[in-house]
Amino acid sequence: MSLYTRRIWTNRTGIALSMLAMAFGLAALMWILWTLFSNGFAALSWDFFTQDTPAPGSEGGGLRNAIVGSLMIIGVTTLVSTPIGILAGIYLAEFGTTSKFAATTRFVTDIMLSAPSIVVGLFVYALVVATLGGFSGWSGSLALSLIAIPVVVRTTENMLLLVPSSLREAAFAIGAPRWQVSLKVTLRAVKAGVVTGILLAIARVTGETAPLLFTALNNQFYSTDMSQPMGNLPVVIFQFAMSPYDNWVSLAWGGALLIALLVLGINVIARVLFRKKSSD
Amino acid sequence: MSEVAPPVDLHASQVRKFKIQDMFFHQVTLVFAFIVLAALAGILVSLAIEAMPALKQFGPGFLWSNVWSVPDDEFGALSAIYGTVVTSVIALVIAVPVSFGIALFLTETCPVWLRRPLGMAIELLAGVPSIIYGIWGLFVFAPLFAAHVQPSLQAFFDGAPMIGSWFAGPPIGIGILTAGIVLSLMVIPFVASVMRDVFETVPAPLKESAYGIGCTTWEVVVNVVLPYTRVGVIGGIMLGLGRALGETMAVTFVIGNANRIVGSLFAPGTSIASTLANEFGEADPGLHISSLFALGLVLFVITFIVLAISRWLIQRGVNKQGK
Amino acid sequence: MSAPQQTADGDAILEVRDLNFFYGDFRGLTNVSLNIAKSRVTAFIGPSGCGKSTLLRTFNRMYDLYPGQRAEGQINFHGNNLLDKKQDVNLVRAKIGMVFQKPTPFPMTIYENIAFGVRLYERLPKSEMDDRVEWALRKAAMWDEAKDKLQQSGLSLSGGQQQRLCIARTIAVKPEIVLLDEPTSALDPISTAKIEELINELKADYTIAIVTHNMQQAARISDFTAFMYLGELIEFGKTDTLFIKPRQKQTEDYITGRFG
Repeated sequence: MSLYTRRIWTNRTGIALSMLAMAFGLAALMWILWTLFSNGFAALSWDFFTQDTPAPGSEGGGLRNAIVGSLMIIGVTTLVSTPIGILAGIYLAEFGTTSKFAATTRFVTDIMLSAPSIVVGLFVYALVVATLGGFSGWSGSLALSLIAIPVVVRTTENMLLLVPSSLREAAFAIGAPRWQVSLKVTLRAVKAGVVTGILLAIARVTGETAPLLFTALNNQFYSTDMSQPMGNLPVVIFQFAMSPYDNWVSLAWGGALLIALLVLGINVIARVLFRKKSSD
Repeated sequence: MSEVAPPVDLHASQVRKFKIQDMFFHQVTLVFAFIVLAALAGILVSLAIEAMPALKQFGPGFLWSNVWSVPDDEFGALSAIYGTVVTSVIALVIAVPVSFGIALFLTETCPVWLRRPLGMAIELLAGVPSIIYGIWGLFVFAPLFAAHVQPSLQAFFDGAPMIGSWFAGPPIGIGILTAGIVLSLMVIPFVASVMRDVFETVPAPLKESAYGIGCTTWEVVVNVVLPYTRVGVIGGIMLGLGRALGETMAVTFVIGNANRIVGSLFAPGTSIASTLANEFGEADPGLHISSLFALGLVLFVITFIVLAISRWLIQRGVNKQGK
Repeated sequence: MSAPQQTADGDAILEVRDLNFFYGDFRGLTNVSLNIAKSRVTAFIGPSGCGKSTLLRTFNRMYDLYPGQRAEGQINFHGNNLLDKKQDVNLVRAKIGMVFQKPTPFPMTIYENIAFGVRLYERLPKSEMDDRVEWALRKAAMWDEAKDKLQQSGLSLSGGQQQRLCIARTIAVKPEIVLLDEPTSALDPISTAKIEELINELKADYTIAIVTHNMQQAARISDFTAFMYLGELIEFGKTDTLFIKPRQKQTEDYITGRFG
């Protein structure tokens, strides 16, 4: 075989393998989504949204308490992490170009973007649950906030750094103070990007299970009291899927589908929004 | 024009107000940045404090003791560390070549009209909550794996020295190997997106000059793209490793949750994160819970180091491109 | 080389004395001294990197935004040294406005683009604010094009309109001096002509300092011209004189197109 033919064949093999890898990745995705949809849709019904989680071994029931609990916990998480994340992000972009403190904060938030979420649950347990006596929806929100904040901080900072310096200079050039330049001009210029960051953070925490295990815990009854243990989708899915009851397992699939649809939906909205706004 | 310029003293009072507002603004944002840093630093501190009783009791031997017994109040981290490391290694062994192939396909050979949808599919896959991978692994993958793949693996490696023992034991579907495989599916999207991003930083003229002397696509990737992006690629792999080490849900469902070390990859095992998920809720106050905190501390420190290296490498890769 | 002529006719509103500017260790301006005449147009020309924009950006302390940049010397404005650390930069910038190379409309409505700056230093009732916005837009020859879309985003305008909006925004604050940093270099010839016409009208009420790459533009619109090269002021004088009978060899080479 000539050198040339060998090179051609190496190339073909390499390309074929890369296509195989892509096919493998897509096939895995399809497989997972397909089982999720077929098992999940079977569980969806009117009762699924209007009934509370059933007792062990009993038939029927739904996930109303878990859905409401999840929405409340995530709602509070969003309200807490958005202002903290944005203000900290502004600090890093506006005042933190040279300081050592900012460099450290930036480094630690970067690490926290990928740090094990279960450890965050342990931390909140030690800090809040153990000291204030008891699991609660609030502590669940706190744990999720610690996961969401780094996402918001980093997207806010990155977006602000993309603002052309001429726009900031123009705002300073009419004598505006720094806080107005930041809040009324630069932050507004990257609004779409910052909102995208918040949406991605929400998507990220929506599926998080580990940090809720020892903070919000679970509650088999409908409750809107954030100071009590609170039902939530991920923990219910975890508990029900690991159980021996067919009815529970089926509900777990339904819950998993619901969460996946939520997360994928938020992701798609975030991307579309960002692309539309940034192409203006 | 009849308008009168604002009197000077109005300006002066406004200027004073701005000064105070700006100072306030600086301080407020600083406080929030500090909250972020403090909260994250607080994690390490609080874990260390809570882990103290266990670490005092067992000393450094906690790390290499293979006993985890709630009735005897004897705890050692080795089996959990073993499970964490082995599942992550399996995950990377599968994920790295596949991710490389995906990134290569997306940047070099994919038709342009497919690039965007496929790239987006990979990114969306990275967003799928890990609990979904977990229940898919438990209900769909593990039974199929036990019925079709494990027996043939056993038959194939039967009698082989060393490797044979990796595939010994009853093929029950769940266990270390299954956890590693499910984990690999979970990290592939992360690693593939990072690799694609660093591959895209290779300047077009560099690749074009290699094509210009008659290189094939494969040769361009091996001789130009990979050397150029080596640092960033390793950073991406480390990022995937960080994710794999700390993953809870994708592992807990399928690892089998047995606190022991068995040579076979088919055997059930445990990882740090899955031990925490399984036991923490019902743990007794005292040594048990403190030992779990100690496990969390070990996990946090390991992933911190891995992620710090990954960030440093990715940063270095990006900076190099910037020059 | 003889010292460049530093004074020009008319009352000086800005007196620059021995100005040196540093980007870290790099010296961007060396011993620049000149007067900017009140109610006149002063143009700064020279090859890229000669320091003309740097000089303009010292007049409103824009360099303050960047750590590592600093100016030494004096820029006197109503008897105060602008470079004085104690000088409040926001006030300086309200009195000395600036328009940039690329149009920089703020991400808000056309109306708000103008009202934003006014509101910083004046509390006006709604009707007076409306008047002020109209006045500024008229001054900037934008009123007819903008009056029906005051509530639309400033970003919806064309490039030339955006630049005139930026000029309106600057004069709405009623500064004494308007700095223009290559205001037409990103615009088409028709928009450029409109802006030049506008500058001509504005000089009745404002002192204007303009940096330009375009020598014809400097010749057309300015009363005084400064030629800069390698961070130094080479020649400064009446525009007619400088273009017809340059005193320095370098100036002559530049305006006849022999370098730069």
